[in-house]
Amino acid sequence: MSADVELDHLTIRFGDFTAVNDAHLKIEGGEFFSFLGPSGCGKTTILRAISGFNDPTEGKVRIGGKDMRGIGPNKRQTALIFQNLALFPLMTVAENIAFGLEVRGLNKLARRDKANQLLDLIALKGQGDKLVSELSGGQRQRVAIARALAVEPEVLLLDEPLSALDLKLRQHMRTELREIQKRVGITFIYITHDQGEALTMSDRIAVMSAGRIQQVGDGNSVYDHPQTAFVASFVGENNPLMGKVLSVSTEFVTMDCGIAKVRARNLGKLKVGEEAYAFVRPENLKLSVGAGEGEGSLPSENSFTAPVLAEAFEGSVKLISLRGPSKKPIIASIPNTGDGQHFSQGLLTTVNFDAEQAVALPIGDLADE
Amino acid sequence: MNDFLIVFTAVLLALLLQPLIQRKAGHLWSAVSAVNFVRKNGAFLSLYLILAVVAWMVFMIILPQLYMVDFSFRNNLPLAEVGGPKDVHTLKNYEYLIFGRETDEELLNWLHLSVFLKTMLASIFVTLLDLALCYPIAYYMAQVAKGGQARLLVLALIVPFWVNEILRAFAFRILFGTGGVINSFLIYLGIWDEPFDFLRADVGLYAGLSYAYILLMIFPIYNAIESLDHNQIEAARDLGAPWWRIHWRVVIPHAKPGIASACTMVFMLSAGALAAPQILGGPSSLWFTQVIYQWFNTGGNWPQGSAYAFVLLIACIAFVMTVMKIFKVTLGEITK
Ligand SMILES: Nc1ncnc2c1ncn2[C@@H]1O[C@H](COP(=O)(O)OP(=O)(O)O)[C@@H](O)[C@H]1O
Ligand SMILES: [Mg+2]
Repeated sequence: MSADVELDHLTIRFGDFTAVNDAHLKIEGGEFFSFLGPSGCGKTTILRAISGFNDPTEGKVRIGGKDMRGIGPNKRQTALIFQNLALFPLMTVAENIAFGLEVRGLNKLARRDKANQLLDLIALKGQGDKLVSELSGGQRQRVAIARALAVEPEVLLLDEPLSALDLKLRQHMRTELREIQKRVGITFIYITHDQGEALTMSDRIAVMSAGRIQQVGDGNSVYDHPQTAFVASFVGENNPLMGKVLSVSTEFVTMDCGIAKVRARNLGKLKVGEEAYAFVRPENLKLSVGAGEGEGSLPSENSFTAPVLAEAFEGSVKLISLRGPSKKPIIASIPNTGDGQHFSQGLLTTVNFDAEQAVALPIGDLADE
Repeated sequence: MNDFLIVFTAVLLALLLQPLIQRKAGHLWSAVSAVNFVRKNGAFLSLYLILAVVAWMVFMIILPQLYMVDFSFRNNLPLAEVGGPKDVHTLKNYEYLIFGRETDEELLNWLHLSVFLKTMLASIFVTLLDLALCYPIAYYMAQVAKGGQARLLVLALIVPFWVNEILRAFAFRILFGTGGVINSFLIYLGIWDEPFDFLRADVGLYAGLSYAYILLMIFPIYNAIESLDHNQIEAARDLGAPWWRIHWRVVIPHAKPGIASACTMVFMLSAGALAAPQILGGPSSLWFTQVIYQWFNTGGNWPQGSAYAFVLLIACIAFVMTVMKIFKVTLGEITK
């Protein structure tokens, strides 16, 4: 069984401080849904409101269509995996997993059975009698998942569960979590500040900033079609070019960005004369050595020259930093073809990109990284 | 001549052994300075600390206690006969506690044994009552109250203890006496017409003793519960546990060493209390310490008093150890 979760104009305040501001969305039953945003943007607060530890100041939380007001965390069909796991250190692994069943009055034998079954699922067969402290980080992680799944919740809530693990394990756990979700088929609501996690695992993502939900959509749409400057700069690497809107057509906006005239996709939010950002991703910038092709050619649209600041080798790609109009360098990512070509510091390059691969957005707040 | 020889050989020996000792001393010193305690505090301070603690233990605690133990095995003699032929060790002081005088009709000394048993049982009762009263307060302070609230509560708990013990005991008399505040109030309300003698029923005593040790009960438990990650409580709740199971399975197991250490202290101090039973005890009830006090004071029989005191001490320690064993708490955990 899986239940849908609905946030109905949910606002949560702590005193004067608004931690969650008018969140309004519906998470479908059986969906893997992520909240993505920088630390302190209100993700945990939303999760705690769904699990019942925080009360809405305004609005409602509905689970399976039912208003949850007045229903305590112990009475909701949700299970929460805490950021620090919160396993019980004085109980064995099996007792931890079976705690929820003990609460529901199952006898020892039935608990043992179910615990063993779950230990199988998380690949910790025969380790039920160990203490939690005897397990590694990844194993503890899985015990926390098993403990939550033991009570057969309809919604599983995960609060940055992978943040304490090292990189390799984190990547492994991503696929594992996704597989577990497919197997048990319940709704997963996942919180993270790591866009890689959100993009690889989720059916849909809600990108948050400062208590507000900026955009909801699947990985492709938040990555390729950001709706706000924050989403464009937070999800994936992006190069913001600031400028003034010169003209607006249905499909494109033309801007004067100082270093070049830039044509970018129009999302219907800009007016002529307005200040705006054009965003181009590093992988969409094409670099060529020298100051422009062909003698005397005018600097056409979406093309400018910039000197190289540094080159960083990343294996499959090279990241080239270029001096741009602002303090922050412009980053270009070019595939490593193994030809040994180097962009040494000071080398003058010509940069160009397609208008389809740039997007113009009003000046909102940028993610500062 | 003889003396001279001894000194002479000693000096000679010292000179011969000097290089050896010096080498060994260097070794010894490096071993000593490798000990963390010395490395942290330096030679001088560590020496002072060790000497101070040892002196404190030996002169203030161990020697007097040993002296008392020895005393308890002796006859009660007038000063003139001390050191005389009658000054021998004997078990009769202990025999007296159990069997009474040979001339008595009864086999056992029920008078004192029953006081002893009653003291132990009453102390257990006081300890449990205190635990029941203080655990919720400690939990509230440690996990529920916000900063300011908790501090206010601590203040409210501590300030009454600025009033000294005797005065507090008398205040309880005024509260519980037949003409006291509670009786007057209840009669005024018409709950009953005749005043109820709380003091005769030992209600005053139990209330007074319980109140006297609440801080000792609250703070160790508070410390233990405070170190519990609040997420664990929420995790248990999220998994569906009602409040009592959260306490039973998560909070109490975590706080067990604190609870044990608090209960130990309260039990020991209740069993050893003198002023409160003296002032608040009913006319027919005696506390074992009062019997001891009588032996030392009006009875003038110090060996007998020592024996009684020693029995009380051993019984208390044995009881505490047994209970700790049952609840699987070690001394090491308690001091954490
Ligand atoms: N109980 C609380 N009281 C006051 N402020 C809180 C409380 N819980 C969270 N906050 C504040 O709300 C904001 C959002 O917190 P949180 O939801 O934990 O962020 P995230 O999980 O996205 O890092 C933070 O600024 C935090 O300080
Ligand atoms: Mg958080």
